[in-house]
Amino acid sequence: MNYLIAAYVATWVIHGTYLVILVRKYSKIRREMKSLKKVASH
Amino acid sequence: MKRGFPILAIVTALLLSFGLYEALIGAPTERTMGDVQRIFYYHVPSAWTAFLLFLINFLASVQFLVRSSESTERLANRLTLIIFLVVFAAGGAFWSMGAITVVSIYATCFAIYGIYFLIGKYFAQSTTDILALVTAEVGVVFCTVVLVTGPIWARPVWGIWWTWDLRLTLTLVLWLIYVSYLMLRRFSTSSQTPVLAAVLAIFGALDVPLVYFSIWFFRTQHPSPVIGDGGSLDPRMLHVLLINWVAFLCLAWLVCWTRFRLEVVQREIDEAQSLESLLEGEGSR
Repeated sequence: MNYLIAAYVATWVIHGTYLVILVRKYSKIRREMKSLKKVASH
Repeated sequence: MKRGFPILAIVTALLLSFGLYEALIGAPTERTMGDVQRIFYYHVPSAWTAFLLFLINFLASVQFLVRSSESTERLANRLTLIIFLVVFAAGGAFWSMGAITVVSIYATCFAIYGIYFLIGKYFAQSTTDILALVTAEVGVVFCTVVLVTGPIWARPVWGIWWTWDLRLTLTLVLWLIYVSYLMLRRFSTSSQTPVLAAVLAIFGALDVPLVYFSIWFFRTQHPSPVIGDGGSLDPRMLHVLLINWVAFLCLAWLVCWTRFRLEVVQREIDEAQSLESLLEGEGSR
């Protein structure tokens, strides 16, 4: 049973880690867009 | 399209929850392995999803390369039909060996041709490059799941975490090829990077059929196929397996969609930033 739980937890940890990477990428893009908008408005 | 995203997200969440419930509680317990066999419901759908994503990566890379000029595109369109017939004939050869069913041959041929046609119809050359990048990235995530859940299953069943068995080794090589593909895309600054990456992806994809057919043509420690000709999977187990595969396909689609949009916006920002620095340089002269 421990192995079963370990496999399922590992699967969701891998997918979760990738989703965190995507969220960080999204935040970076938002920051870059904000700074570009600032430059464009000046 | 904007409305489709939340609908797909809800459907994915429901399917994943239902798939998890069925895998842990609904599916019958296997007689010899016990509960450890339930790892199969995540391991196999992850592998199939990774293979499909690498196939899309391969076809997008081919589309990216052939669209570099009109003459190659025309030639490629004619060659596609020939390749389709060759794959069909090769499938027939495998069928005569008793390796795969005739339904699998038809399904594979039409899926490859259909995906190639759809990529050509709905994606411009620059976006086929983005599609290739995105599918490789998400494919590596699913392939990582396969490489992690496999040894966790092997430890109680075989008594070892890993063995240099043909299928296991080829899967590890496949993972390494696509990790190197992503590293090339991440760290290379050359303008030729998309072309080099597309070539690497085409050669890397050759490993996918080797991984898939290795258990048919070689004696390996990996379990034999349980679906198709000679398969002995309980129909209730097959039902749970397919539910989880559909759930993982939806998850892959959702993640690819998100990653694709992010990459498109990222490239637009990069373009705007280089234009801005160019204008600044002109202004300071």
